[in-house]
Amino acid sequence: MLALLALWWVASRLAADPGRLPGPTRVAEFAWGAAARGEMLPAMLATLARVACAFVMSMLTGIAIGMVAGRSKAADSVIDPWLVLALNLPVLMVVVLVYIWMGLTEAAAIVSVCIAKIPTVVVTVREGARALDPALDELGQSFAIPGWLRWRHILLPQMAPYVAGAARAGLSVTWKIVLIVELIGRPNGVGFELNLFFQNFDVAGIIAYGLVFSLVMLAAEAFLLQPLERRVNAWR
Amino acid sequence: MPGADGLDVQIETKTFGAHQVLRDIHFAASPGEVLALLAPSGTGKTTTLRIAMGLDSRFRGAVRRPAGRLGTMFQEPRLLPWLSVAANLRLVAPGLSAPEIEEYLSLAGLPGVAGHMPKQLSLGMARRVALARSLAVRPALLVMDEPFASLDTRLGAQLGHQITAHARQIGAIILMATHDLDQARIIADRLLVLSGTSPARLGADLPSASLSPLEWRQKFGFLDTEIPST
Repeated sequence: MLALLALWWVASRLAADPGRLPGPTRVAEFAWGAAARGEMLPAMLATLARVACAFVMSMLTGIAIGMVAGRSKAADSVIDPWLVLALNLPVLMVVVLVYIWMGLTEAAAIVSVCIAKIPTVVVTVREGARALDPALDELGQSFAIPGWLRWRHILLPQMAPYVAGAARAGLSVTWKIVLIVELIGRPNGVGFELNLFFQNFDVAGIIAYGLVFSLVMLAAEAFLLQPLERRVNAWR
Repeated sequence: MPGADGLDVQIETKTFGAHQVLRDIHFAASPGEVLALLAPSGTGKTTTLRIAMGLDSRFRGAVRRPAGRLGTMFQEPRLLPWLSVAANLRLVAPGLSAPEIEEYLSLAGLPGVAGHMPKQLSLGMARRVALARSLAVRPALLVMDEPFASLDTRLGAQLGHQITAHARQIGAIILMATHDLDQARIIADRLLVLSGTSPARLGADLPSASLSPLEWRQKFGFLDTEIPST
């Protein structure tokens, strides 16, 4: 971390044009200024809201589809070709097409992030559903354990590591796509700000907003997702 | 014929693919009866038990189980590793009090492990927790696959007596598979012997007291020559 900062600082010193690669102090000053003027927070909040919304929706949909595909061979034979197609769609094309078809709306932004994100959740969850232990299924069946107890104590603990894995991988992909979606067709958010800075060749702004937002996402992972993952794996 | 609270198993045929494994296996039991199903390993004991439990419905024939709950003990313990021993018992019998849990564990010969996690137990201990779990539902039918296989003969017989006495007390039918002729003869009221042929048939259905130990050994001693797969 420190080595990276030092390298950045040296590189910015060597750069012919300080505007192209501002040093760490210049970027920190910019970030502090933007935050103090109250410009940064609304952008961060708008993006966070989109990330949260798209993340929750794609996790829920992906888990549902993945469970069905993993449990039923017939369903999987229908889902799998679509999955292969969806996994190989260029994200940028999806975003542009959805904006054209649905208009430059908030719904379109969330939908295109979901389309890009759901397939990877499905793949991980399907793997988990395939790995479910049939012996434990039989246990629930032979003791006639009621459905919701089976869900809570037999199915969920087996699925939890896969869902947690999908969530962690999912969060980083989601927020990166959200920035692209904002850059192309939203009037606010970090992605929108990045576009403005790009048009003004304001490199300090680009780095400041980009870095601060990735720090926010790192914090979300460290303080929300990782403890959750530790909890579901505690019995191991 | 047993009444509505009896067990009635009528298997015409059971096939896996093109391979017929069971044929003409018919038996019944009344509440409080203990049946031991004997066969060399790999000749259809577990398949017969799974049909009796209702886990396998792809066979020709019919099974009627007594009203009331089914308690099962599989060959592997099948405890949920993320639940404590007590929670494993409560999963099948919600509302069990701590003293009741301790009582069932003692009945299975393993008191004092209610707070343990399954991975802290040896295989033999985990199997006895599974036995306690099958008793905890106060079963009308208790189906056990090699319940005392991992115990030595004396402890196995002692535990067997304890369990069958309890089952008779609550009016449960016990159907247990075993490869151990002596144990089966001591514990069970009736012995069902599957022929070692393919497909397996019911070779004998005899009260355990109908033959002397020596006669049992002379007729069915071949059963013991097989080493169980577990």
